[in-house]
Amino acid sequence: MSANPAASATSESAEPARNLLVARDVHKSFGQTEVLKGIDLTVTEGEVVALIGASGSGKTTFLRCINLLEEFEQGSITVDGDPVGYTDRGGSRRRLSEGRLAAQRARIGMVFQSFNLFPHMTAAQNVMLGLVKVKGMAKAEARSLADHWLARVGLADRADHHPYQLSGGQQQRVAIARAVAMDPRLILFDEVTSALDPELVSEVLGVMKDLAKSGMTMLVVSHEMLFVRDVATHVVFLDSGRIVEEGEPHAVFKNPKSDRLRAFLGRFTDIIGDITAR
Amino acid sequence: MTYNFNFSVIWRQFDVMLWGLGLGLLLAVISLAIGTVIGLVCGYAFRTNNKTLRGLVWGYVEFIRNEPLLLLIFFVYFGLPAIGIRFFDKYESFVITLSIYAGAYLTEVFRAGLTSVPERYVEAAKAIGLKPWQTQLYVVLPLTFRIVLPSLSNNLISLFKDTSLATAIAIPELTFTARQINANTYRVMEAWLTASLLYLATCYLIAIALRQIEKRYSVIK
Amino acid sequence: MQRTYLGELMKAKWSLLQGFITTMEISAIVIVIGLIAGMIGGLLLVYGPKPVRLLMRLYVDVLRGIPVLVLILFSYYGLALLGVNISAYTAGVVALAGFCSAHMSETFRGAIDSIPVGQTEAAKAIGLTFQQRFIYVLLPQAARRIVPPAINTAVEMVKGTTLLSIIGVLDVLLATQQTIARNYMVIEFYATAMLFYFVLNFTLSRMGAYFERRFGFIRY
Repeated sequence: MSANPAASATSESAEPARNLLVARDVHKSFGQTEVLKGIDLTVTEGEVVALIGASGSGKTTFLRCINLLEEFEQGSITVDGDPVGYTDRGGSRRRLSEGRLAAQRARIGMVFQSFNLFPHMTAAQNVMLGLVKVKGMAKAEARSLADHWLARVGLADRADHHPYQLSGGQQQRVAIARAVAMDPRLILFDEVTSALDPELVSEVLGVMKDLAKSGMTMLVVSHEMLFVRDVATHVVFLDSGRIVEEGEPHAVFKNPKSDRLRAFLGRFTDIIGDITAR
Repeated sequence: MTYNFNFSVIWRQFDVMLWGLGLGLLLAVISLAIGTVIGLVCGYAFRTNNKTLRGLVWGYVEFIRNEPLLLLIFFVYFGLPAIGIRFFDKYESFVITLSIYAGAYLTEVFRAGLTSVPERYVEAAKAIGLKPWQTQLYVVLPLTFRIVLPSLSNNLISLFKDTSLATAIAIPELTFTARQINANTYRVMEAWLTASLLYLATCYLIAIALRQIEKRYSVIK
Repeated sequence: MQRTYLGELMKAKWSLLQGFITTMEISAIVIVIGLIAGMIGGLLLVYGPKPVRLLMRLYVDVLRGIPVLVLILFSYYGLALLGVNISAYTAGVVALAGFCSAHMSETFRGAIDSIPVGQTEAAKAIGLTFQQRFIYVLLPQAARRIVPPAINTAVEMVKGTTLLSIIGVLDVLLATQQTIARNYMVIEFYATAMLFYFVLNFTLSRMGAYFERRFGFIRY
């Protein structure tokens, strides 16, 4: 089971893993308020990086900058060596054409908090749309790939259902299948369990854990601390638009250096207790 | 080609145009008032269990809404007198037509409005011992009017624009006066620009005024 | 000789048929132009650059704030004055199509605006271009919200064609009036015209209800 054969190949060889995402000094403002004050982050191939922080810390905004759902004013983001969103032409920063942007976005998967499945399409059609229209795949081939991925997320029998006929957890799993099927270099997960009823959270986290194991590079904004602890290879704590602390999850959770992180983790006392008990 | 604007002709007859505008507004307001009564009665008729009554109201609404207003105006003005139904004058004939026309649209408005009054208010009214008619008069109706206020505003604006059709039976409202200026002076552009602007400004002012009223009375969130 | 309704109807049949063709033709032209222009106008209202958006807004609000009859008369007398040698038919179609486009633009704008932002974002995220997002994601969802108001506008336009009789376009209403002027069967022939408009518009409304059900499965 491998989402990304290249990833497993590199991990077996002794070569150092490639840098898939490199963000340098990313700044972003909404009007007068600066929400990102210089984010530097590197994600290597096969890594699962979790972004944590209070709401308003800028983690979702940063995630949305990576596929340019939000514009950013300063800094650069490269995905697999390709600068996202803007080019430098003669020293001036220009936004890429719609066509170029679309091509870039096709290589970056994204799963949203509110699923955003297309309501007029069945689960399979949701997965197929990008395959057929963006990748130019034949319909039959796209259908079998859609069936493959829907089976992987445990929804083989729901392929021909419309979103309104599915539970929230099922919808979110279709959304994950839709993102993964495009064979992206990197998938962004934006609080994907926040809109779900508690009993449906685990089915979605299960699928994500499975993806992580298969070597998919993932950038995850999440409040599910147990998931972050168990699945993430690297955790990044944001506060007021800056990265305050980062590192290996167990270490970061056990010995928070900053007061802000300590205060933030304090809200998840039962989980912290769980971690320190180890 | 060039066209030399000359608005002096318009200024000389501006009072006539304003009177025409006022007449149109008056016709619209009267029709809205009568139409509201029709709409309320028919709206209530929709809520009864009497199938014949409901069918009749449905027929009225569907029929009128699918008929061109101009045809109805001609039918009432030229047609009905031929079978002995006569009116005092063309104004009465027009107001009756426009009221019946408005009534069909307002029936839909009030039907929807009456059903969207939350049941809990009716229950509360019953709980304090109001009689059914009191419940309607003091609770349901005031709430309904607040709910349908935006639709009433839109209907008033539509009706005001519809009064332009009165020109077809020579009622001297704004469109009629613009046509006369057009015919008598050949100041085509001036006449129609002025008429258009007057209509536009009036619709705009009605909309603003009614939005203020809506703001004041919209108690249900 | 006793005049009978059927006899008079037979006598007037060519004139009425001509009126029928004209009414149907103008209605169809105006509605089709309105739909196409409305789609473009709606897109410009939502996605256009600011000056274009403002101009469109002005166009839409101005045309909706002026009675159709005034637009028709303005177009009829005004265009002739500009030296454009056009018939009452064309002037009328121009005015009605302009009016219809304004309404349809607003309808499309409302429908596009009412689709949750997440739909566009999800479509962007899988790499669809602007055209693809519009065709495969937005338009099918907007269709359901467009149908009821668009059908209403279409019915209003069919009704609006009668106003062209005032500038001398020989539509069903004018043909009816000419018939009545010959035979004085006022009630009978007005009633005939009423029946015609009712059947036409009622059919249109029912078609709308059908299409609404057809797209009814889209829920969030």
